[in-house]
Amino acid sequence: MASARQPQRSFRFRNRSFVAFILAPEPPIVEWLAELENWTRSAPGFFVARPVILDLAAVTLSETAIAHLITELSERRIRIMGIEGIDPSKLGPQLPPVLTGSCPAGQDRTPDPDSAPSKSPPPRQEPASLLLESSVRSGQTVVFPYGDLTVLGSVSSGAELVVGGSIHVYGALRGRAMAGSKGNSRARIFCSRNEAELFAIDGCYRTAEEIDQNLRSRPVQAWPDADGLTIAGLD
Amino acid sequence: MGKVVVVTSGKGGVGKTTSTAALGTALAQSGQKAVVVDFDVGLRNLDLVMGAERRVVFDLINVIQGVAKLPQALIRDKHIDKLWLLPASQTRDKDSLTEQGVAKVIRDLRARFDWVICDSPAGIERGATLAMQFADAAIIVTNPEVSSVRDSDRIIGLLDSKTEKAEKGEQIEKHVLVTRYDARRAARGEMLTIEDVLGILSTPLLGIIPESEEILRASNLGSPITASNPSSTPARAYVAAARRLKGENVPMAISDGKRRLIDRLFGRRAA
Repeated sequence: MASARQPQRSFRFRNRSFVAFILAPEPPIVEWLAELENWTRSAPGFFVARPVILDLAAVTLSETAIAHLITELSERRIRIMGIEGIDPSKLGPQLPPVLTGSCPAGQDRTPDPDSAPSKSPPPRQEPASLLLESSVRSGQTVVFPYGDLTVLGSVSSGAELVVGGSIHVYGALRGRAMAGSKGNSRARIFCSRNEAELFAIDGCYRTAEEIDQNLRSRPVQAWPDADGLTIAGLD
Repeated sequence: MGKVVVVTSGKGGVGKTTSTAALGTALAQSGQKAVVVDFDVGLRNLDLVMGAERRVVFDLINVIQGVAKLPQALIRDKHIDKLWLLPASQTRDKDSLTEQGVAKVIRDLRARFDWVICDSPAGIERGATLAMQFADAAIIVTNPEVSSVRDSDRIIGLLDSKTEKAEKGEQIEKHVLVTRYDARRAARGEMLTIEDVLGILSTPLLGIIPESEEILRASNLGSPITASNPSSTPARAYVAAARRLKGENVPMAISDGKRRLIDRLFGRRAA
């Protein structure tokens, strides 16, 4: 064969993690489906074009029953890309693949310095910081749930930052800054000039009116503490 | 190939149409072939400010829909022979504009003129985004007050994300034109200073047009200020702005007032 003589090509395999929705049916399946239908009626299109995993740990279904369930769901415009919580040997090749080793999304991934280093390697590498070299204009929202955000320009009045970690603004902060958006109480907000409309960290917030006038137009930092949110000058 | 410039602002009533007419006229007076295009479909004004309202036969929508050819819709200025107007339709609305139609008209205009100055409608909806879509440069017209500046900031964000240039990963050239500026009132803290406006918008300044009754008089005459009263202060400011648009280095004439009360203004700014 001619192809046998060709030098062997090497392939690079890559690992990536994605976030998917988990649907976990509960017995009795018929009622669960009816409930789901009720719910999707109030939010049509919620599942459209979203990856959905079917978690079958709570139910015992035969292969035909699983195939039937997947058809029922696809009629409701829900496409199943994988199945979880079932013995792979139970599934034929015509069904979506079985996935294992999942971990819940939305955890705070900053390592806790007090806890011992975990034995297993971290399952995913998400960017720990995001750098924006330009300004964030009025009406724009920057959402970065994974780590810290640094803005070299200014954040305009009417702009919004929603960040999982801390926020650093080297220009003037005139808009709304929300740090620790996923419940990170160690997050802080820093800016070189405070004209902010709102500071929020880990659910505690302070509007412009509630911020001490002496802290205006100055470099400040904000952090959450027992009394809510503290804002102090940096100069 | 000509340069397509959109004159935009977000907020209405800040002087987009006046500035479009004055800059287009100044560019034509300097010997370059210029066309001013009214994108404010349904609320056209540029024909009035240019004094061409009684000569409109076909308009932008007619050209887009293929009812008329571009040369039929172009109106030549009576006094300045390198200046043309493409009027908007007053009877249609902005839904009559299609992206492909606008793209074709702009392409044709670019081939015929040195400068294509588009007068954008106010707002951030379809009419405004289509007007900016194919521009090479944008002039953001701003009055020195907080609401106008914030709306301009919003428009700059759209210019950096929604235009054809931005979608190709390029930067659209942006200039701020401050209109209705009164240095004495700015000094008293009754309006923002130039420094404040540029501090917020962080975009280069094209010119400062002083508040003046001459402008109103010119609009009512139906003759852009740069043509009707070229020696007036606002006309000279527009001529200087047009030269800067062409890339010339012209120093700014108007001095800034002091900045005092502005800090208080900003401290109270809630909406």
